[in-house]
Order: sequence, then structure tokens, then C-alpha cells
Amino acid sequence: MKFLAKINVMPQKEILDPQGKAVMIGLKNLGVQSLHEVRIGKHIELEVDADSETQAQEKVDFACKNLLANLIMEDYFFELEKKG
Amino acid sequence: MKFGIVVFPGSNCDEDMLYTLTAVMGQKAVKLWHKDHDLQGCDFIILPGGFSYGDYLRSGAIARFSPIMTEVSHHAQRGGYVMGICNGFQILVEAGLLEGALLRNHNQKYVCKNIFLKPAQTDSLPTKKLNPKNTYQIPIAHGEGRYYASAETLRKIEENGQVLFRYVSATGNADEASNPNGSLNNIAGISNIGKNVFGMMPHPERASDPILGNTDGKNILESLLS
Amino acid sequence: MPTEIIKTYLGSKNKYTKMEQTPTLETARKLGLLPEEFDQIKEILGRNPNFTELSIFSVMWSEHCSYKNSIVWLKKLPKDSPRMLAKAGEENAGLVDIGDGLACCFKIESHNHPSALEPYQGAATGVGGINRDIFTMGARPIAQLNSLRFGNLETARTKFLVKGVVKGIGDYGNAFGVPTVGGEVYFDDCYEINPLVNAFSAGILDTKNPPARATSYGVGNPVFIVGSATGKDGIHGATFASEDISDKSTAKLPAVQVGDPFQEKLLLEATLEIIQTGYVIGIQDMGAAGIICSTSEMSAKGKHGMRINLDLVPMRQPNMKPFEILLSESQERMLVVIQKGKETEIQRIFDKWDLHCAQIGEVTNTERLHFYMGGELVADVPAEPLVLGGGAPVYYREYSEPAYFKEFQKFDIQTVSDISEAEISEVAKFLIAHPNICSRAWIYEQYDSMVGTANTSTNQPSDAAIVNVKGTNKNIVITVDCNGRYVKSNPEEGCAIAVAEAARNVVCSGGEPVAITNNLNFGNPYLPEVYWQFVGAIMGMKKACEKFGTPVTGGNVSFYNQSTPKNSSGGVENAVFPTPTIGMLGLLEGVENKMTLDFKENGDLIYLVGRSENCINSSEYLYSYRKIKGSPSPKFDLDYEYQVQEAVKQLISQKLIHSAHDCSDGGLLIALIESAMPRGFGFSINTDQDFRKDAFLFGEAQSRIVVSISPAHQIKFEGLLEDLDMDFSFLGTVNKGGILEVDRREIMLMSVAKSLFFSTLPNYLA
Repeated sequence: MKFLAKINVMPQKEILDPQGKAVMIGLKNLGVQSLHEVRIGKHIELEVDADSETQAQEKVDFACKNLLANLIMEDYFFELEKKG
Repeated sequence: MKFGIVVFPGSNCDEDMLYTLTAVMGQKAVKLWHKDHDLQGCDFIILPGGFSYGDYLRSGAIARFSPIMTEVSHHAQRGGYVMGICNGFQILVEAGLLEGALLRNHNQKYVCKNIFLKPAQTDSLPTKKLNPKNTYQIPIAHGEGRYYASAETLRKIEENGQVLFRYVSATGNADEASNPNGSLNNIAGISNIGKNVFGMMPHPERASDPILGNTDGKNILESLLS
Repeated sequence: MPTEIIKTYLGSKNKYTKMEQTPTLETARKLGLLPEEFDQIKEILGRNPNFTELSIFSVMWSEHCSYKNSIVWLKKLPKDSPRMLAKAGEENAGLVDIGDGLACCFKIESHNHPSALEPYQGAATGVGGINRDIFTMGARPIAQLNSLRFGNLETARTKFLVKGVVKGIGDYGNAFGVPTVGGEVYFDDCYEINPLVNAFSAGILDTKNPPARATSYGVGNPVFIVGSATGKDGIHGATFASEDISDKSTAKLPAVQVGDPFQEKLLLEATLEIIQTGYVIGIQDMGAAGIICSTSEMSAKGKHGMRINLDLVPMRQPNMKPFEILLSESQERMLVVIQKGKETEIQRIFDKWDLHCAQIGEVTNTERLHFYMGGELVADVPAEPLVLGGGAPVYYREYSEPAYFKEFQKFDIQTVSDISEAEISEVAKFLIAHPNICSRAWIYEQYDSMVGTANTSTNQPSDAAIVNVKGTNKNIVITVDCNGRYVKSNPEEGCAIAVAEAARNVVCSGGEPVAITNNLNFGNPYLPEVYWQFVGAIMGMKKACEKFGTPVTGGNVSFYNQSTPKNSSGGVENAVFPTPTIGMLGLLEGVENKMTLDFKENGDLIYLVGRSENCINSSEYLYSYRKIKGSPSPKFDLDYEYQVQEAVKQLISQKLIHSAHDCSDGGLLIALIESAMPRGFGFSINTDQDFRKDAFLFGEAQSRIVVSISPAHQIKFEGLLEDLDMDFSFLGTVNKGGILEVDRREIMLMSVAKSLFFSTLPNYLA
């Protein structure tokens, strides 16, 4: 079976996100009002072959833990979509 | 000619450009604060290198919304000279004053070193005084300098003679080995169609003062005075 | 983490607001305090501390802030010279008079432990921290260096660390806009778990305006916090830095500190502007141990107190507890005390730079720090007992000579057979490509080395970096040096060599050595054998600094660069090489008087100034090619070294030489190749039959400098050295063919040397 994983990697809530902070200044300069917090992460999509959804989940989880996210400073979450 | 150098938060080549234009070249130049709306009567606006707004999101993406950029755009539309170097080039591209985009270097790494440039023509202000047969050794220092444009745009800027400089080997070949960032057609600098707005990734101000042991960049800055 | 108590009882004059558990000795121990330290705290307060207070003492009395295990020895180092405007320990960084109303402020600092865990942010925040030390003095940083140590380049961990650290240093320094003009990198298995990341920065200030000071006085003067908001970053980071990295500490790893070079750049500009107003009483960077460190150190120095309302500290996260706010190591923050009534002027400058600033309290005459939160007094501590030089503990640690030392001394060169003529080429190729000797271009091309248009070494390389002080003809000449292998072999000699090499690099660049800063990277100081290395290194540094007239202006001590394997108590063998990195400042009047390392003309004569020795001790050749790990430090005589440097200074000032390059890692032949490479020359030299070939070509005996001269100067050159009674020998000539020849045999082509030299790091790290 083929699965599509849509992964989001975000800086951990308690960690400073300098990029989000600077973008917020930019948005304010642009005139966008009532902004509170901007946080910027990554969106990653990957396709994986697996026998079951559980196996796909394990594979994606392994990829996230070991490469896609830096667990010292980032959190991740993902959705799995069954393909074809 | 009076030069105005715009200081954005995070600009860090503003002082170098000011020093080079005044102390090395003997020109009139002032700094312009990004929050102001006044170009102080400057004829030639320079957007210097650096990391405006930390280069967060995309290089130049946030700086283009600085208050002074409205005046810089008007100045350009009236035919006034505007030149962006490195981060300044990125801001001009983000602001739509120059075509194309500057993407992350092909090897994903920031790079600071001397490279060689060759003028693509000699009928623009920055190339007028250059010898089209010569190569010029100029430093680059950027992480997002890979010039990119759609095939259509690229064809157009090539046909219109909007390419100012190409990355070349010491002997003048625009080959892949001498392209430091993967720019299309080895493009290192371009102008707008009106040839009054210029952008280049290399830093001529870093190769102008004789104490640095390389004055190739001075030729480019001198060309601006012609 | 021990039980955290938010509501705490108050000082003796106040009522209890809520019953709570009194922290016990066990809590103190968990915070890294010793039983006798816990007793001392109770004595100082005249009562039991609450948790907030206890945690305050634990960070302020950690090695990182108090230098409690090193200060008795650091005090033996020379501090004085007529040029010193601020001596070691007096301010955020040392300050040296460079004449004509200018001063140079410079310092080196480590970020070893943070980099071991998160190399990118660890190294980045290290760069941020050292630069804040410089600009809080009112000096604008003009150049940076770094000194790095990693494990075996073949392991995945080392590759990960190298890439992360280099990118971290680059991204932060490049955006901050101060050039990184030089540095050093070594690889050895001993650094596999504990890499070293030492960052150096130098800045210039105008002495017309007195430098900003890290002090606080004037009752009623407002206390401001400026820059980033405070989050739970690096809570207990300072204490963490004082403990071994083991499984246990990985588990209690605090949140990583994230650097923001953009914020730092704004902070730099705003700080220099507020200092210019003259309204600043005192200013200090919030480094390790955060608000508590700055409030206590500034108050102790100014002999005043502070009343601080922690509710007013801008916070990034909700529900922060008092100890978290006090200890947070959030980056890019400053504490500023200004003259009362000038708040609007100061506020205007911070607004201009879009920087957040908030008044959090005021100066008092109590000499105590009173911290309030939620309307309650949450901590009440005297300033003086918290700080180094005040009441912080001072320990005399035991030390004893490790067994390996005598073993290393037993090495006999006779047990190693000399190389044959045919082998010269093989050894040269091995060494030129060795990770410790090969080109560092893969690293330094990721650093902006040219911003500021003042680095004169980009196109004309020298042994030390020469950076012009803009608008003057003055230049600072800076270098970082330390060969940890030598220091392990003999701490005293090895550290003296580190100082001598730094001075030699400055002298070979045409500069005059002026002062040093040191970064003392060692293992666990509670191990007597490690402490013996530390004491020896200090004594070596002392004698060398006295010889060269270069006082120590300050620096940093980093202990616990050591990992204790499971099921072992750990020993000196688990420590990194003792690595007392020396950052030296030299001065060069007139850039036209600089000296460079590259051969200039075909037909120039090549000489060795100094004398050859039958010594291969601790050389890269012996250690890596012959794989003999234990030997004494290389031959070195401090007085002789000084004479060699004095001779080279004269050769340079009399314009008798075209190039100067010292023999260091890899020995004479490597120095020759490095001199020939920039302009693609070759050379033809002869060895001396009185010496073993390996020692002559690859030995690392000190005090030897390769120079090239025009044949027209030969008589004057030799005459001068004879008059000075200085040893020298003719080696051969520079040739334009790019052929490297020893004893008339071609050992390799320059093109081959170049490709070996430049391909090692890209091959490993691509």
C-alpha cells in the first residue's frame, strides 16, 4: 500500500522563533493588524510503501524522529493519507 | 552625483559602502534611514548588503515594506538610479524593481570568496567603463544568490541586454565550474529594462581600498560616475 | 528537578505568606552545591534559603560564574602592562590602549557543552555571547576568530558536529556583520564526545568617551532590561555546564537557547548609541545565569543594591517562576542602569532600533538584591557574597602528576627508524592531506571574512590575521593558537609553546605582541591528574607571558570537558587534551609594514631562521604517521624563542625579507609548501646531513621560521643575523615551475600538493 504523509515540523512552543518574530514585524509594517504570534516551521510531504497504516506510521515516525525534526528544539505531527 | 545609502535593520555593508564612496572615491554620500520618507536629494540610491530583518522568511522579503522603499520606487520610476548589492539586490527583486528571483545557493551553503566577473555588455552605467575582454576579481558573500527567472523572462533580459555581469573563470569562461551558486546563465548582476535600476550579488566595495590588496571593484564603482 | 515552590517565606523582617518546605541539603546537592556550601549559604543569610535563593547561589557559585576551582591559579598570571586600561576580571572584557585615543577590547569564550548537544545553536549563541561582551564595553567589534576541536573526522557524530558548528558560527557572525578572519581546527579522538568551541572577538573604542562599565550605583537610578523577552531558556545552564555529560545530564537537558543575530545587530547599534549619550551608569550582557548574574555583579561592583519587580520582565512564556526568570539564559538581552530623569532619551534610542526595553527596578543603598513577584518578596540576598572576588567560595584543589607523564618522557627517537629519501614524498603527501594540516577553506568560506572592508589578509595571507582599524593606519594582528597534544605531553612547556606560537604568528605578520586572552579547556578539576594539567598550563602561560610582555586580559575557564564511561569512575584518560587556547592581540602601525607568508619571486633565496633539531616529539608525523601516541613535547627554549622573534622583527623592519612563515604543524616541509602554494611556486631545498631526515623535514621543534629573500639582500640579511648571533641556514630557492624538490629529487608537483591540501575536508564533509 502507498501512503502519503503530510508532516509539519514546528519550533517547540517554549523556544524562541526569531524568524517568526521578524516576520511579525514585517506583517505589522505591511499594515496587517491584530497579530499576536507568528511561528514558522516546515511542511514536508513524503510517500511511503507499507503493509499497513500502522507500519506506515512507524516508518514516518522514525523518519521524523531521526532526521526531519530536531527533537531538542522542534515538534512534529503528521497526517497519513492512503493513496490509490 | 550624491549617493544615498539606505540603512535597513540588519544592513551591515552600509558603512563599507559609505567609506568606499567617500574616503576611497571622494564622492558625496549619506546614509538614509529606512523609516524615513526623504531621499535627501540623492541622485543615486544604493541598497547595501547585509541581512535586513535577519534574512528571515526570504532574503529581502520584509525589507521591501520599509517606509523608504515607497520613495525608492518612485525615484526608480522617475528614471533615477538605484543599485542593490547582495542583500540590496535581493530586496530589489522582492520589490519587483528587478525581474527574477534569488534562490538558495545550489550547494545549500553560504559562500564568501573571491570570484571572477565579466561584463556582459558595456552600455549600462555600471559596465560602461569596463573592458569587455577583462575579468574582474570581486568577492561574493551570500547564501541566497542563485539567479533564477522563467525561461521567458530570461530570454527577454538576455535579448534586451539587461544582464550586467556573469561569473567566469580567471580566463573569462562562463562555465559551470566558475558559477559559485548555480545562477542561470552564470548571471551575477542585471538591470531593469530602463537601465536605471541595477542589482548584483558580488561586492565591488570590498575590492576598492588599496589596503585590501585588490582594487578591481573600484572600476565598477568608477563606472557609476561616468 | 526538586520541588518548586512559588510562594515562599520572606526575609527575617517579613511575615511568612505561605507555609512551604524548606529546601534540604538534598535539594542543594541536586543543584550542584556541596554540603559546606549549603552551610555557608545559611550562614550568609542567617536563615534557611528558599528554593529561589538556593538556586541563585547554585548558579552564582558554579564554576562558570565563580571560577571557584581556578581563581587561585589564575591570579598568578601577569595582568599588568602600561597599555592596560581595564585589567582581567574588572569589566566585561579586557581593554588595551593602542594609542592615538583608541583602545582595543578583546576576549575569548567557550561554548563547548551547548555545542556538544546542539552544535548549530550552541556555536551560534557562543558567537553572540562573546560579541556582547565586547560591545557592552562601548567597543564596536571589528573581527572574530574561533578555535575548534572535534573528534575523528570519519565518524558520523563528528561530521554532524562540524557541519552544525560551522553553520552556526557562520549564520550568526555573518548576519551580525563582523568578519571572521581566522581560527584553528584540530581533530583528535579525545574530543569525540566533548568538542571545543571557543569564540574570540575584538572591538575598537574611542578613549575620549570612557568605556561603559559593568557597575551600578546612585540610589533611585532606573534599571532596564533590553532586547529579547525572557523565556525558559537554559535554566540551570550554568550549573549544567559544570557537570559531566553523561546519560543523566542528557535526560535533564534544558531547552536549547536559540540565537537571533538580527536582534543582536540591533542591540549592538542601540547599545553603542546609548553609551554615547553619557547617561549610562552601567551595562552588562546577560550571559550565563542571566538576570541574577548581571544584577549581582553590577551591584557588588558599585557597592549598591537593587529592588527588582520580576512581573515587569518581558516574558516569552506564561507562568514563569521566579527562579526561572532569574536564571534564564535567553539570548540577546542586556541589563542597563541609567541616570534617573534620562529615561525618555534612552527609550527613544531603543524605539529607533525597534528594541523592547522595560524598566524592571531601581538602585538601592542596601547592597542587597530584593526580587519581588506578585507583590511578594521572593528572594532577598546580599550581592557581594554571590560574586567572584566577593563571597563566592575559593578552593585549592589537590593535584598530582599522572602516570602517563613519566611514560611519555621515556620516548627514545632511536626506536624510530629514519625515513628514506624515497619516503619523503609519501610522508609529505600524508601530512599535507591530514585533517589537522589540510586547507580549512571548506570551513572559512562559510564565514564572511570580508565585511567591514578591513581584513587585509584576504588577498595577502599572513600567519596572523591583520585587520585595519578604519580611518587610521593602525592594524590589529590577531591569532588563536594551541596544540593540545603538546600540552598533554607537558602542560607547562606545551602551554608556553601555545603563547610562543601566538607571538610568533603575530611577529611573522609584522606585528608587535601586546596582550592575550585565554580559554582554558580542561577535564574534571576534581581529578588531581586533570588539575595537575591545569596548574602546569598556568605556570607555562605565566612564564611565557612574562617573557613576551603580554599580560592576560581575561578569558574563560571551561572544566568538565570529559565524559565518564558507564561502569567507570573516570580518570584523566577520559578528559580531552588539556587545551588552553591562547588568543593574542598584536599591533601593527602602518599596513605597509605588514609581512606575508607567501613566496613572491622566482629565484628568491629560502632560509631557515632558528636552528634545526633532531626532534620529532609530539609531531603530527610521529603521532599520526608513525602512530606513536606518547612522547615529550617538542624541543622548546623560551629565551631562544624570544631571540628568534626579535631577529625576525628586525628583518621585517629593515625590509630584508619577502616572506615569513613559522614551522608548526607538520614541520619545515609543510611550512615550505604553504609558502609556495598561494602563488603557485615550487622550491628546491637541501636537507642537512647532520640531522635525521624526518626530524629536519617533519619535526616540530619550535622557534623556526622560514623566510624568503631577494638574492640582492643576501649579504645584508646574513650580516644582520650574524651581528645578532642568530642561527640561520640556507635551504634553497623558490622556482616558478611548481616543482617541489628535496635534495634534487622531485617529491611532488605543486598541483598535486594543492589538490591533496584542498580535497580532504570536502571529501569528508560533502
